[in-house]
Amino acid sequence: MFHIDVVSSEDKSFECPPEKSLLHGMESQSVKAINVGCRGGGCGFCKIRILDGEFETKKMSIKFITKEEQAEGFALSCRVFPRSDMRVMAVGND
Amino acid sequence: MQKGVIGTAHVQIRVLDMDEAVTHYRDRLGLLETDRDSQGRVYLKGWTEADKFSVVLREADEAGMDFMGFKVLNNEVLASLRQDLIDFGCNVEDIPAGELNGCGARVRFDSPTGHMFELFAEKEVVGRATGHRNPDAWPMDLKGMKATRLDHCLLYGDDLDGSLELFRDVLGFWLTEEAMDGDVRIAQFLTTSMKEHEIAFIRSEGKGQFHHASFLLESWEDVLKAADLISMWDISIDIGPTRHGLTHGQTIYFFDPSGNRNETFAGGDWYVPGMPTTTWDAEKLGKAVFYHARELNERFLTVTT
Repeated sequence: MFHIDVVSSEDKSFECPPEKSLLHGMESQSVKAINVGCRGGGCGFCKIRILDGEFETKKMSIKFITKEEQAEGFALSCRVFPRSDMRVMAVGND
Repeated sequence: MQKGVIGTAHVQIRVLDMDEAVTHYRDRLGLLETDRDSQGRVYLKGWTEADKFSVVLREADEAGMDFMGFKVLNNEVLASLRQDLIDFGCNVEDIPAGELNGCGARVRFDSPTGHMFELFAEKEVVGRATGHRNPDAWPMDLKGMKATRLDHCLLYGDDLDGSLELFRDVLGFWLTEEAMDGDVRIAQFLTTSMKEHEIAFIRSEGKGQFHHASFLLESWEDVLKAADLISMWDISIDIGPTRHGLTHGQTIYFFDPSGNRNETFAGGDWYVPGMPTTTWDAEKLGKAVFYHARELNERFLTVTT
């Protein structure tokens, strides 16, 4: 189980096991820190910027996360699986 | 006025992972797989549908809808509407027969909301799953939610007025329902048949957004069973089961594994030519969209692929 800090105007955190996406882990604990959309990497609603920590990702819609953005640490939290404690920033649907 | 468009015939949906998508659409939604092609696309149909396919899945780097196809009466209608589309100002592309397995020549065109559509006259008929001579009530080996057919799609885009001109004036759809904010039409439901909608649009600031593909179930009981299956399989839920005010369909919304929204629904209104257009006022929009909760849901309104 990893500790996930979400940096925003109101900082929140939750615990997430490695087999759950960050968004799934957050929803499992009824925490509201990141927007919940399709939960399938398709809609861009749960966009975050990863500030710190190890992780793996599943395929994300290139319409919402370009290759350049991915290189800068942006990701869709429904497709990010933690491999260490993490610190992320909620970006939302922009 | 009817101009020879029969109705919604197919939709090609982009998915991020084909194996996950096939599990979803075939084993969970309950469509029947009818073919695969050299591009890796997978073809499916509902068990009541006679034509070879109504859903085509294509693996891509983004989710969303490639195009939606409408069947027309014959090749004369196809040629005539092709010219009408050009005269209207659409960019028209001729797709040769066989580009989709079992489908005749298609006329592809763009639209004021940025979506791509197609007309075609011929598609291989494989028949209903129960056959067409002394058929039984339903096939015994259906899976999951037992979707009977692709029914309609709902699309988001900016130019609803242009879209209405295209579908009503050029293609001969009837405007069955609308939602109005003063003089601004924020939703429009269109049909060429007795279905309350073959296609619907909601106004947004974007172009080419895909809100959902909808599949018909037989009953409200089946909508509730779909809801049970969504929980059993931990499918991403959007909202429901509930009823819409618009069309009055009994409904549940969920997402495929790539984030494309699906609806399964039963019941609701039907349309007969000559019926007045049903109008929903903006201040009743909550009830129009979710008849029981009577309030709008941010995710349903804004999440698209």
